[in-house]
Amino acid sequence: MAHLELDKATIRFGGLTAVSEVDLEVRPGELVGLIGPNGAGKTTVFNLITGVYAPSAGEIRFEGRPIQGLPPHRIAALGIARTFQNIHLFQSLSVLDNVRVGRHVRARSSLLQGLFLTRGSLGDEAEIEAASRRLLNVFALEDEWNWRAGSLPYGDQRRLEIARALATEPRLLLLDEPAAGTNPQEKDALMQLIRRVRTEFGVSVLLIEHDMQVVMGICERIYVLDYGKVIAVGRPEEIRNDPRVIEAYLGEAV
Amino acid sequence: MPGSAHHLLEFVQHLINGLYLGGTYALIALGYTMVYGVLRLINFAHGDVVMVGAYVALFAAAGLHAPAPAPWYQTLLIFLLAMAACALLGMLIERVAYRPLRQAPRLAALITAIGVSVLLENGGQLPWVFGSQPRSVPELVPRVNILPTAWGLSVTPIELVTIGVTLALMVALQMLVQRTRIGKAMRACSMDREAAYLMGIPVNRVILVTFALGSALAAAAGMLIAVKTGQAHAFMGLMLGLKAFVAAVVGGIGSIPGAMVGGFSLGMIEEMVAGYGFSSWRDAIAFVLLILILLVRPTGIMGRAVPEKV
Repeated sequence: MAHLELDKATIRFGGLTAVSEVDLEVRPGELVGLIGPNGAGKTTVFNLITGVYAPSAGEIRFEGRPIQGLPPHRIAALGIARTFQNIHLFQSLSVLDNVRVGRHVRARSSLLQGLFLTRGSLGDEAEIEAASRRLLNVFALEDEWNWRAGSLPYGDQRRLEIARALATEPRLLLLDEPAAGTNPQEKDALMQLIRRVRTEFGVSVLLIEHDMQVVMGICERIYVLDYGKVIAVGRPEEIRNDPRVIEAYLGEAV
Repeated sequence: MPGSAHHLLEFVQHLINGLYLGGTYALIALGYTMVYGVLRLINFAHGDVVMVGAYVALFAAAGLHAPAPAPWYQTLLIFLLAMAACALLGMLIERVAYRPLRQAPRLAALITAIGVSVLLENGGQLPWVFGSQPRSVPELVPRVNILPTAWGLSVTPIELVTIGVTLALMVALQMLVQRTRIGKAMRACSMDREAAYLMGIPVNRVILVTFALGSALAAAAGMLIAVKTGQAHAFMGLMLGLKAFVAAVVGGIGSIPGAMVGGFSLGMIEEMVAGYGFSSWRDAIAFVLLILILLVRPTGIMGRAVPEKV
């Protein structure tokens, strides 16, 4: 059974069909790429999956359950987490607090119980803190735990965003251009990190990426989006030689 | 009495008055700044929540047949009732008036806030609500000088209680915002609402809690002011709300410590200006200060410039 399934997902903004009848699936444990020229609708697909937008038509299922139209925080609670194309960290919270906020969704006591410092909520707090620190260890951010997130170097901010997303204990991780603005060495490290995250945290990964070296290097299957439509799907070597894809990229080396 | 001692006493008197006044402004300013923090909305109805708080205290005192001065536990109960009622009112206003406009341009929400304010002020004047005449508020906490008259200073229990309660509530709020999960969720929402939503934070609930907290603080201020001045009326929140708004802007809107600093600064400045021969400027000085701060440091004392996201 597919982990995530988009069934003719469509969204229109006024007269513009940004995403048109997109069929897409991610199988458990799979690493899937979503590529396409600028403005093809890739991030919009992410926004549909995470509930930022409700689709105008079509269905989105996660682990067999329809999720279209649910509010974003419910979808996060179901087990889908994401990062952003432009970094969206909580800039003036500490590195640790950023991860902690991500973990709140898994706390057993409610936010209001936290207000009255019940025993359950205090236990939760301790658990959240320990788990958050373990996560920072995995991402080599443990020494910076008390830094303001906004003061971290760019590459560290990107890693922290992935750590925060994983703090929600997702089973599906959506990465929006994780390699944007990174240098070649960082790119290699990032690819290793994504592979490692997939096995260690047992997540499936769907990633948007412009960097072909990264996409071709780690994805098992790739979807190509152009003008809101899926124009090709297949293994990296199939995509590389697909004439429609080459045309969409207008001669760019794929 | 020698002249210099007299001047010193007069100065100390103004300090005490300024502290009292500033505390009430700060309590109200906190509500403005918290709501602005999470929604980027100036909740102009906030001052009128102060007024409702005063009336709830008045009715609760009448309902409990509280003597004047009332025993401390009765005063506390009345105080908590006023805070709880206004917390509910604040959540109701958010749910009914602001949430439907969450995606609308900010101007629409701002005008709605003014509308809610007009509704509370004029609705409050209806004979079956609070009535159009000022109502006298029982002296739950004594408002008589406790110092020997020979000292030439006046300090009343209600002023001391106000200053004490203000400081205690500020410490509690600061702990809540810095230490608890809901506090962290509030800060996360104010920094990046979209990311907060996608990290699984129930943003709407966090916004409701923000309104509840801000309104409860406003109710606390309303009751303390009403007990001190001995009266409540439907428009009492208008000038208080405007001045607290100025305090929030002066301190740096969106910043909680800023609201505290701004409130105490405004109270102190107002008291000093009025006390040293410019008493007719009492109300004007707040707005002079607003204009000055907007010219010199538009982000306020503790505020940081936030670059507009593109």
